[in-house]
Amino acid sequence: MKDFIFPPMPDDRDMGTPVKEGKPVSLIIDGFEVTVPEGTSVMRAAAELGIQVPKLCATDSLEAFGSCRLCTVEIEGRRGTPASCTTPVTEGMVVSTQSEKVRRIRKGVMELYISDHPLDCLTCSANGDRELQDMAGAVGLRDVRYKAPEDGGFVNHFEARNTSGEANPEWLPKDDSNPYFTYDPSKCIVCNRCVRACEEVQGAFALTIEGRGFDSRVSVGTENFLASDCVSCGACVQACPTATLQEKSIIEMGTPDRSVVTTCAYCGVGCSFKAEMQGDTLVRMVPYKHGKANRGHSCVKGRFAWGYANHKERILNPMIRDSIDEPWREVGWEEAIGFAAAKMRGLQETYGRKSIGVITSSRCTNEETYLVQKLTRAVFGNNNTDTCARVCHSPTGYGLGQTFGTSAGTQDFDSVEHTDVVLVIGANPTDGHPVFASRLKKRLRAGAKLIVIDPRRIDLVKSAHVEAAHHLALRPGTNVAVVTALAHVIVTEGLIDEAFIRERCDWDEFQHFAAFVSDTRHSPEATALLTGVDPNEMRAAARLFARGGNGAIYYGLGVTEHSQGSTTVMSIANLAMLTGNVGRPGVGVNPLRGQNNVQGSCDMGSFPHELPGYRHVKNADVRQMFEAVWGTPIDPEPGLRIPNMLDAAVDGTFKGLYCQGEDILQSDPDTKHVAAGLAAMECVIVHDLFLNETANYAHVFLPGSTFLEKDGTFTNAERRINRVRKVMAPRNGYGDWEVTQLLANAMGAGWSYTHPSQIMDEIAATTPSFAGVDYALLEEKGSVQWPCNAAHPEGTPLMHVDGFVRGKGRFIVTEYVATDEKTGPRFPLLLTTGRILSQYNVGAQTRRTANTIWHEADLLEIHPHDAENRGLTDGDWVRLASRAGETTLKAKVTDRVSPGVVYTTFHHPDTQANVITTDYSDWATNCPEYKVTAVQVSSSNGPTDWQEDYAAQAERARRILPAAE
Amino acid sequence: MVHMANQIATFFKSQPGDATEKVASHIGDFWEPRMRDQLRDYVNQGGAGLDRVVVEAAALVR
Ligand code: SF4
Ligand code: SF4
Ligand code: FES
Repeated sequence: MKDFIFPPMPDDRDMGTPVKEGKPVSLIIDGFEVTVPEGTSVMRAAAELGIQVPKLCATDSLEAFGSCRLCTVEIEGRRGTPASCTTPVTEGMVVSTQSEKVRRIRKGVMELYISDHPLDCLTCSANGDRELQDMAGAVGLRDVRYKAPEDGGFVNHFEARNTSGEANPEWLPKDDSNPYFTYDPSKCIVCNRCVRACEEVQGAFALTIEGRGFDSRVSVGTENFLASDCVSCGACVQACPTATLQEKSIIEMGTPDRSVVTTCAYCGVGCSFKAEMQGDTLVRMVPYKHGKANRGHSCVKGRFAWGYANHKERILNPMIRDSIDEPWREVGWEEAIGFAAAKMRGLQETYGRKSIGVITSSRCTNEETYLVQKLTRAVFGNNNTDTCARVCHSPTGYGLGQTFGTSAGTQDFDSVEHTDVVLVIGANPTDGHPVFASRLKKRLRAGAKLIVIDPRRIDLVKSAHVEAAHHLALRPGTNVAVVTALAHVIVTEGLIDEAFIRERCDWDEFQHFAAFVSDTRHSPEATALLTGVDPNEMRAAARLFARGGNGAIYYGLGVTEHSQGSTTVMSIANLAMLTGNVGRPGVGVNPLRGQNNVQGSCDMGSFPHELPGYRHVKNADVRQMFEAVWGTPIDPEPGLRIPNMLDAAVDGTFKGLYCQGEDILQSDPDTKHVAAGLAAMECVIVHDLFLNETANYAHVFLPGSTFLEKDGTFTNAERRINRVRKVMAPRNGYGDWEVTQLLANAMGAGWSYTHPSQIMDEIAATTPSFAGVDYALLEEKGSVQWPCNAAHPEGTPLMHVDGFVRGKGRFIVTEYVATDEKTGPRFPLLLTTGRILSQYNVGAQTRRTANTIWHEADLLEIHPHDAENRGLTDGDWVRLASRAGETTLKAKVTDRVSPGVVYTTFHHPDTQANVITTDYSDWATNCPEYKVTAVQVSSSNGPTDWQEDYAAQAERARRILPAAE
Repeated sequence: MVHMANQIATFFKSQPGDATEKVASHIGDFWEPRMRDQLRDYVNQGGAGLDRVVVEAAALVR
């Protein structure tokens, strides 16, 4: 493909071999002088000069391999023709990349390759897209002299049969088993790029080369790709220089003609992609090499699972109804917006200003989220705004805010390359944050040590070439006890970094903390009964973390979604301060945020008590700043959080909700309570791509747009503000920001934004940490990490470098308090929840793609011992019951979970795992306690009554009347 | 509500300083006025099951 790329990008050529760091070395190539870092290959040095040496087995995402010999060059004073990809530069070297001799060699090499390659270029799916073809051109190959011997006998891999119909034993059929790409062995040149990509980039080790010489083949070790360890990240497809590994979308649609750089809309890693287009049709998403979060890598979701945008269930027309018992009526935009605005205003007239509110989305852009909270603050006149981040990372905001002075994660992802000891708590990066996990595993393979604190034996604990030094398999709900015990060991064994603490932290508070934590009741031995963790392992882990060099903590929802979520976050911050692990590369406290824009939705003031930039609404100076720009007074009292909205709805004081891009009925705990709250409201406006579960209780449905259909920004887990670019017109007619503006204006707002960049300008004008951000800067830099302002004009990759944001770091005493959700005779097991690689959150998008091939239904993981006690075997239908409710699903018997613990995911609405979860929540932030529910498991024959009633209600609520016309 | 308020009290009781004051300011900062009214009403009706610190804090809440 001849790239036409927007925006004009930094150099996107394949430089052949990876960048190196080292002292400068100068050499002469084809008469030109060039200076490159020591360790750079001759090939890359030539590429820096714009000289492309032909190559097949080298690519700049992988270490050089030196197998194809196409890249030979001549070097003065050296014999023969060394491979430029594997030859490092030396001072004063004189290289010539073109000579009669190397030309002859390259042509010969190419001829050999092509002689065993089908010559169907014109019909080949890779036409114009593959290096093999380009290279044949580059070396001037015009004909191939080698032919199959006349007397039969095969010397190729690409013909199924010879002319007399005999089967070719060397020929293998195509492997079509992966839903997104094919493997066609007949086109393979055994360059090893895919195998190396699988190892070096993804760390899956699913591919190998089997056999030798003419017999060598790429192999997945099982019958096909689908059955193998392949995680479908696409790295091999990306690396393959031929059409052997190729996207099915390219095979079907042909090669793209333009591409636009944008950001994945799935998880908090925030990978950059090139959206490759034919006109306004997306044909492929390719990870973007200069994306600073992903550095050219991707996972199955962002790379392949974008088909939902064209799914037949996507709703493209607005719909309304007076009651949820009625079927939906399709109407025009004007009517729908008018209907919604009149209802909302009417509710405020009858029930008061505070009777309505909004829920912002962690999937929409910053600009959209900003507008939705502005809608409630400036147009509704209250602070009733909340977001699904409530249910995941609100404790991070509170906990890190209290200790460090800002809720921000401290590092960028690149930081992991400098880490010596990684502590992963309550996170499952290989499933939840796959691209970060690949970078982490790469670092672990290079020798960093790993400690995992998780009730489950997550993949990271032991996978190909990675093994945790310590796995502390704690009982769910005892995070605070475990982290405090680690601190106990560090303090009592004198492993603290006293210089760091004296210089950067509040010494008095440290002493108070040290006295608290030194108490023997916090020792690993004293808490072992509670936590279930072996005290010796615990001590060893603490010593490793304190003494092992740069220590970095990565944590996820397994930390926050507890009744002591905020306390655990504080205990993690304590641990980092104790060991001096804040403020430089390779260390820090890193929340792994779930959804693509959780960080952004929090930054943009989605919470009811704070305006954009985490500033409390009670502060008059902050309100004034916004009042000046918005031209309306702002309510100084905090508004309702999601659970409070639902309570107030049941009480009859909360009546109307505008819910953008969230499915609270499926994602929030205690489904029955959520349903009751929604049912009690008189106007629920759902703004989404699909008729989600919440929409079953809605009166107005406003169709949403996908991330491909609008401009904006997402902020990833490293605070990186990435551009989202519109690559096609919204199929529903409007970008989500435009829909919010329509609604606001119908309620009298008088907004006049014509492009999201204007919204960003308003954010910058009102929010100090965004003061320096505008689209021009993002265009120039690609992305920036906030804070970005006069003090940090290019953004801030590392926080707290010269001291904590709040001044002195603050140690906070973290007393373990057992959750009130306790096991007992009726509910003897603890349920904990999580997610898996191929599916995303409530699954609204991923369930509508071929990703379902990897995860058809939610399963209940149960330890063999617990299963046996209950007479259950793998694959049985089981009934899962808690104090809140019950559901049924299929069991998976596995020792990944400890005895006494069961585990499930929540991707499918039929399972409704949240019928089971209770409404207990974090003490400070109301973040629900998803990760601990006392349950009982027993055998069952099929769905519960509730599941059947629910399905019937959903069926009824989803009816749509044919449009009247 | 009782449960939530008690959880807050439990945390601040483990901290140095005046727990009552801290509970009151936490509730003032994070609870919507309707919830604060509910809490006060509940305390006025006797406040069954509430932590003593919460009862005292309720009087200080804005
Ligand atoms: S499948 Fe592609 S990348 Fe892998 S060895 Fe064959 S040609 Fe090379
Ligand atoms: S889902 Fe996450 S890891 Fe996967 S491509 Fe998207 S942003 Fe990257
Ligand atoms: S590109 Fe250098 S040997 Fe293949």
